Amino acid sequence: MLKALENISAFYANPTRFMKLAARLHAPLWILASALLAYGLFRAWHVPEDYQQGETVKIMFVHVPAAWMALFGYSFIFFASVTALIFRHPLGHVAARAAAPVGATFTLIALVTGSLWGQPMWGTWWVWDARLTSMLVLLFVYLGYIAIWQAIEEPTRAARTAALLAIVGFINVPIVKFSVDWWNTLHQPASVSRLARPALHADFLYPLLIMGAAFLALFLALTLTRMQMEILRQKLRVRRMSAN
Amino acid sequence: MSVFWAICRQHMVLAWRGGHTTLAVAFLFIGVTLMPFGLGPELALLQALAPGLLWVVLIMALLTSLDRLFQADYEDGSLDQMMLMPLPLELVVLGKLLGHYMALVLPLLLAVPLAGLLLNLAPAHLPMLLLAMLAGSPALVLLGGIGASLAVSVRRGGLLTVLLSLPFYVPVMIFGAGASQQALAGEIDETRLAILGLLSLASLLAAPVAIAAALRNAVR
Repeated sequence: MLKALENISAFYANPTRFMKLAARLHAPLWILASALLAYGLFRAWHVPEDYQQGETVKIMFVHVPAAWMALFGYSFIFFASVTALIFRHPLGHVAARAAAPVGATFTLIALVTGSLWGQPMWGTWWVWDARLTSMLVLLFVYLGYIAIWQAIEEPTRAARTAALLAIVGFINVPIVKFSVDWWNTLHQPASVSRLARPALHADFLYPLLIMGAAFLALFLALTLTRMQMEILRQKLRVRRMSAN
Repeated sequence: MSVFWAICRQHMVLAWRGGHTTLAVAFLFIGVTLMPFGLGPELALLQALAPGLLWVVLIMALLTSLDRLFQADYEDGSLDQMMLMPLPLELVVLGKLLGHYMALVLPLLLAVPLAGLLLNLAPAHLPMLLLAMLAGSPALVLLGGIGASLAVSVRRGGLLTVLLSLPFYVPVMIFGAGASQQALAGEIDETRLAILGLLSLASLLAAPVAIAAALRNAVR
C-alpha cells in the first residue's frame, strides 16, 4: 500500500505527467463542486426555522464549512510543505502556494459570516470570543505565508522559506488556540457557551455535511486550477529566460 | 565557546554604539506618553490598564528592533563568514540573540518601572510585573528571531518581520499580560509564570534550529 503510494507520488513528480492528470481531473472536479454547492445551498435554504435564532441560523451553513476549510487549508499547506522540504517532492511547493490564498479566503469568509451571525445573536459585530480570536490569528498566519512568497523574488529560496514558515506556524496554531481559550474563558465565559450548540437535528446536520463536502470539492478544484496556473507560469518563465 | 561570547559581545556593542538601545528605550517612553492623551488623564483608569499597556509598548519596541538582528550581517556578508566558522550556526544564532537580549530587552526592562510610574503604578506592583516580563521576554526575542530570519533576504523587511512574528507573540502576550494584571491585586500568579517560563524554554530549544535553517536557506 505504502509502496504503491510511493510509486504514484514518484510518477507524478514529473510536471508534464501531473499536468495530464490535472487536465483530466479539472472539469469533473468543478462539476462536482458546483453540483454539491447548488444542492447544499438548496437544502440549507429550505431548512426549518430555528426556534431561538430564526432565519439567521442559515448563516451556519456557510460559516461552519468555511471554518472547517480554513483549518483544512492550513493543514494542507503544512503537509504539502513537509512533502516538499523532507521528501523533496517538486509538486509540494506548488500545491502549498496554490492552496494559500484559497485557505485565506475561506478564513475571511468564516470571519465575516461569523460577524454577520454575531450581530443579531450577541448584538455586536465582533466579540473577542476564543474561536473568533484564534481564527483572526490564523488569518494573520495565512497572510504572513502569502507575503513571504510575494516578498522573496528568487523562486527556490521563496519556496524553501515559505515551507519553513508553514511548518513552524503549524506548530504555533494549537498553542495559540490553547492560550486564547485560556484567556477568554477567564474573561467572559458566557459568550462561549452561546456558540456551543446542542447536538444538531438531522434537518440541520445533513445540509451542513453536504455544504462541507461542497466546500471541500470547491477547495480542491480551486487549488488544482491554481496549481495548473503555477506550473504554466513556471514554464513561461523558463521559456522567457531561454529566449533572452 | 569564546567565539560564542565574542559574537554575543559584538552584537551588544554594535546595538549600543549604533544607538539602537537608546532608540528602543525612547520608543517605550514615547508610547507610554501617548497613552494618557488617548485614554484621558484619569489616574485610576491608567493604573488599571497599565500592565497591559506596558506589555503592548514593550512588544512594539521589541518588534521595531527585530530587523536589526540578522539583516546587516546578511547584507554585508558577515553571515556567510559566520557559517564558515567551526561553531555550529545554531550557537552563533543563540549568541546574537543573547546579545540582542542584553543590549535591548534588559534596558527596556530597566525602563519599565519608570514608565510604570507615569501610568500610576505603585512600587508594590512592580516586582510581579517585572517577574512576568523576565519570564516571558526570552520567548519574545527567540520567536521574533524566527520572523527576522525568515524575512532576512527581503530588503526593508521590517514590516514583514512584524507580520510573521505577531502570531507567535499572541500566547506570550496573553500569559504575560495576564500575570502582570494579577500584580495589581498584589497576587503572585504562579500558573501563568510557569507557562511563561515553559514558552521561553520551548522557544529556546526550537527557535535556534528554525532560525539557523532559515538563515542557511537565505545565503544559499
